[in-house]
Amino acid sequence: MADAKGVLVIGEAAGGQLDASAKELLAHGRKLADSLGEPLSIAILGDNLGGAPKEAIAFGADRVYAVSDPVLKEPQPEAYLAALTALAKEQSPKVIVAAKTPLGVNVGPRLAFRLETGLAQDCLEVKIDGNKKLVANRPVFGGNCMVSVACDSLPMMAVIRLKTAEPLPRNDSRSGEIVPVNPRLDPSVVKAKVIKRVEEKQEGKRLEDAEVIVSGGRGLGGPEPFQKELKELADLLGGVVSSSRAAVDIGWVPYSYQVGLTGKSVAPNLYIAVGISGASQHMAGLSGAKNIVAINKDANANIFKESRFGVVGEWQKVVPALIQAIRELK
Amino acid sequence: MPLNIVAMVKQVLDPEVPVSAYRIDRQKKRVEIDPTKKIAPVINGFDETAVEAALRIREAGHDVKITVLSAGASFVTDVMKKALSMGSDEMVLVQDPALEGVSDSTVTARVLAGAIKKLSPFDLIIAGRQASDWDNAQVPLGLAELLGVPCIPVTRKVEIQNGDVVCERVIPNGYEVVSAPLPAVVTVSNELGQPRYPTMRNIMAAARKKPQTWTLADLGITDLATKLTMLDLFIPEKQSKCEIIQGDDNNPVDAARKLALRLRETKLV
Repeated sequence: MADAKGVLVIGEAAGGQLDASAKELLAHGRKLADSLGEPLSIAILGDNLGGAPKEAIAFGADRVYAVSDPVLKEPQPEAYLAALTALAKEQSPKVIVAAKTPLGVNVGPRLAFRLETGLAQDCLEVKIDGNKKLVANRPVFGGNCMVSVACDSLPMMAVIRLKTAEPLPRNDSRSGEIVPVNPRLDPSVVKAKVIKRVEEKQEGKRLEDAEVIVSGGRGLGGPEPFQKELKELADLLGGVVSSSRAAVDIGWVPYSYQVGLTGKSVAPNLYIAVGISGASQHMAGLSGAKNIVAINKDANANIFKESRFGVVGEWQKVVPALIQAIRELK
Repeated sequence: MPLNIVAMVKQVLDPEVPVSAYRIDRQKKRVEIDPTKKIAPVINGFDETAVEAALRIREAGHDVKITVLSAGASFVTDVMKKALSMGSDEMVLVQDPALEGVSDSTVTARVLAGAIKKLSPFDLIIAGRQASDWDNAQVPLGLAELLGVPCIPVTRKVEIQNGDVVCERVIPNGYEVVSAPLPAVVTVSNELGQPRYPTMRNIMAAARKKPQTWTLADLGITDLATKLTMLDLFIPEKQSKCEIIQGDDNNPVDAARKLALRLRETKLV
């Protein structure tokens, strides 16, 4: 890989449209490519890519590998791996980045092993240092510590956490090249087959897109407040309800509610944490939250260290009073 | 022939330890716990779930042999034995001073792949989705690649059906049912359910079992070259700028009202 060049983003698309994760990755990738002074490419895989390749150019890509194959119809990781391994070997990018999506965390590390290189996992920041190496900052020990790691082998790879960059402003007049790729995948590469996908429907907005989130933890004492007080406050503010892992583990709410290291990463303008202690593994999902408000009866709870406003008190008293006060202000 | 299941287990610092007890060695890039606190390490929580998943396969009526496998520089035997006393059959520890401080997934995966080849034949490898120390979530995936077998990561249910492993994989808004032929690697998440407590009978049985210990030389592994260099390890500083809103006479209802006003003033509501 002596002639390795450029940055390659692994982009996801569905229904002919670029996924939000790919737009964020392009913002990260653009910075990396500009520091290297080299082009930014994106690989988009699917059976029918629709307008996604053009969109990728508008969001910062110089070149789009439009990889289409009937086997790529479903996001089957092994099919992605086969196509991406071939593309990476042919194009020799210097840097490859993927997003921390269910597909990215599966495909990224396995691609690294196939290419016999290293990968920095779950990164918050990535940059190119003075030695032209990819350097990444990533949380470890459940978010209690941070490490800075440098990639020593080519291609230098990272999986980047969602909501760590704003997409670049869409510019439809940017020019770029679309390179169609037909990998002619052998369907037998897919050994682990998805038999069915069950979506647990959530009402209203997606957590990942919500501007206001009202979140509950173990301190709520049971499942009911999620459906009652928290939902009432969220509805009043046009927001959605989420939870800490503790509440999911006890079985009060489904996994789709979970914010944190092993749950969702969110980036609301306002995050109201009720009865949540603020363990670092929960805070790991909140690096993009702009304003955190904590309501907790324990004045020493870590959540207060991470919040802009805090009320020390029992949620049973504070939340209904807050709902009423906000109603009166409206 | 029983189904050979390998449950991957890692000894980690107790994640419940408050960060104030952490002692960071920035030179060696290691996290240690204040020795005066005398806090024992634990089995990584997701790995206990891996052992639980293996035991549930046995309870579903399959004839299984469960081997617990770990690699590290040193082990606290009583801590590791929990995996046996939960109900596993055997334990193999790859123990070598050269593994001190290793946090590179490439190296760990290579060592564990070497051990699994020595253990073979294997049918199913079950691991936790990630370890609570370095949170890398890469070793099981790497293992699958090095062994050339399929991998189903982050699952909440693991079953054997007609010689295939069938899992429910956790996705952001639901789950997928994924099936793969054996041999295969799967990783499990906490959604699988609480790992069981060891029974007295199993504790007694485990006390009599002696883990088998291998060195890197036994596996023929000499190359521990890493792919990443750790440049720094630190505890991020948190500036606490929280405005604590108090109600008159510590009245929580009054505090809530003042909070609403502050949220309005700052245009957050």
